[in-house]
Amino acid sequence: MSLLERAVFKNRWLPYVLVLPQVVITLVFFFWPAFQSLRLSLLRVSPFGDRVFFVGLRNFQQLFSSVEYRISVVNTIVFTLGVTFVTLIVSLVAALLANQKIRGRPLYRTLLLVPYGIAPPVAGVVWLFLFHPAYGIVQYLFSFFTDWELNWYVDGAVAMALVILTSAWTHLGYDIAFFLAGLQLIPRELLEAASVDGATPFQRLLHVTLPLLSPVIFFLVVMNMIYALFDTFGVIHAITRGGPGTATETLVYKAYKDGFLAMNMGSSSAQSVVLMVLAIIFTWLQFRFIERRVSY
Amino acid sequence: MKSLAELAPAGRDKAAARVSRRVVARKIARDQIAAHLGMIAAVAVISFPLYYAFVISTQSMDQAISRPPLLLPSVHAVSNYVQAWVRADMGRLLLNSLVVAGATAAGKIVLSLLSAFAIVYFDFRLKGLVFWMIFVTLMLPVPIRIVPTYQVISDLGWLNTYTGLTVPLIASATGTFLLRQFFRTVPAELAEAAQLDGAGPMRFFWSILLPNSVTNLAALFVVLFISGWNEYLWPLMITTSAEMRVVVVGIQNLLPNTGTDLPEWNVVMAGAMMALLPPVLVVLGLQRWFVQGLLGPEK
Repeated sequence: MSLLERAVFKNRWLPYVLVLPQVVITLVFFFWPAFQSLRLSLLRVSPFGDRVFFVGLRNFQQLFSSVEYRISVVNTIVFTLGVTFVTLIVSLVAALLANQKIRGRPLYRTLLLVPYGIAPPVAGVVWLFLFHPAYGIVQYLFSFFTDWELNWYVDGAVAMALVILTSAWTHLGYDIAFFLAGLQLIPRELLEAASVDGATPFQRLLHVTLPLLSPVIFFLVVMNMIYALFDTFGVIHAITRGGPGTATETLVYKAYKDGFLAMNMGSSSAQSVVLMVLAIIFTWLQFRFIERRVSY
Repeated sequence: MKSLAELAPAGRDKAAARVSRRVVARKIARDQIAAHLGMIAAVAVISFPLYYAFVISTQSMDQAISRPPLLLPSVHAVSNYVQAWVRADMGRLLLNSLVVAGATAAGKIVLSLLSAFAIVYFDFRLKGLVFWMIFVTLMLPVPIRIVPTYQVISDLGWLNTYTGLTVPLIASATGTFLLRQFFRTVPAELAEAAQLDGAGPMRFFWSILLPNSVTNLAALFVVLFISGWNEYLWPLMITTSAEMRVVVVGIQNLLPNTGTDLPEWNVVMAGAMMALLPPVLVVLGLQRWFVQGLLGPEK
């Protein structure tokens, strides 16, 4: 990210006035709270709330040795990988289909993008009903094949599958838009050449299309992970509230529960700091790929 | 396919040519049908939940929970939507969402425009620092600063206000970067010519840069409006009063409690339809801008 800009105008104070609003918002609502999180993660409040102690890294030690936190780490990994790959695979298939030369293609494409507009928590309400153990259509269809009761109120694995599918569904449009843009950049001559050489459609996909799409795929893997980690709180809050038990409690949900509902400052700040480290890693990854796409 | 390869180049007589043409036509038709079937299947799978929600929102309660499930619309739409509207105070919820989504999107655009303009068209000593600060906000999403940010809002007395719902969210690194990227593609000669004509920087900004950015701003607005409408954790935290709730939070109140409430899922789905419709209409109506806003500025 070079800072070499064109800089034509000369003015001592005007640029500062221009960036001032953004800088003020950033300092007050981003930097100050983040700094507070860092500070509070090293402190602990006495039981009566009247005194504050410096405890070094003890909040972190306690956090990492807590069973509940480890469970939420595992949940987060399962959830993030689930959302990332379900979204990626379904949208790749949809984008490949929508990239064919057929009549009505714009209409099909529009219909594929629609779920992106739906708020994750509202999608949660819809999917909650789809998977309702008593009234949902999914349970009804399952009852023809198996006696297994698909009850996410009591079955943690079903609950996890439900929040993964819902989160993936609302994110499909994003991936499809990027895949379609990526597919358009693949030169037709390459695919035609491959088919003249006798490559089947599947071979063309495997040896021509996918390798050429790989920058888009890597970018989307990172973006899907960021989405799953930080933007899916609404789905989990709307459907399972982290339950049953702690089966769908992710890092973000737990940080909200411990900090906002239970008001446990030390632990929740330590959790925020862990999340901050994750966000830094993923933002770095995201920009590595964007830079590469730009220089492409 | 093989027969085609053998027939076409040979072309010994007209009959063979006619056969080959028919084979090609049939092959194209077959491919078209297969493509349409695949496409219809994909659309059906992806939009089924939405269709189902719509269908349920038009049925009576008994139809909505009947076995086997009914997959066709019924005639109870009006009463369901009215019920959901009254029960969830939908008018107020939708108004709040509209104000919040509109104001955050507009605020983000104004702030991003000013910052991007300063960064691209000026040289100033703290540019590196400012740029870095804006970049770092990407690493600090709401969930990371839940408690301390709540504290700030509460100290400012902004809980349960539109100010609290919008102002803290209007710094947008994404918006700033997109506009910066776009400004860098605007020919440098424009600014130089403006300067030669004696126009100051703000004059150039208003009468040249802004009019040239309209499509990019529209695209950005669409994406930011949708993300503002769909924001959940922030309004959940800083609003407690019913009249300040936004719609994505407020419709949760329609959910029936198992055991104590009637399973009026038809009313719930009517509420969900009303909550999801505005951003979906934006995606449908402004699709070109929406896609452009997602993918980045037009070169």
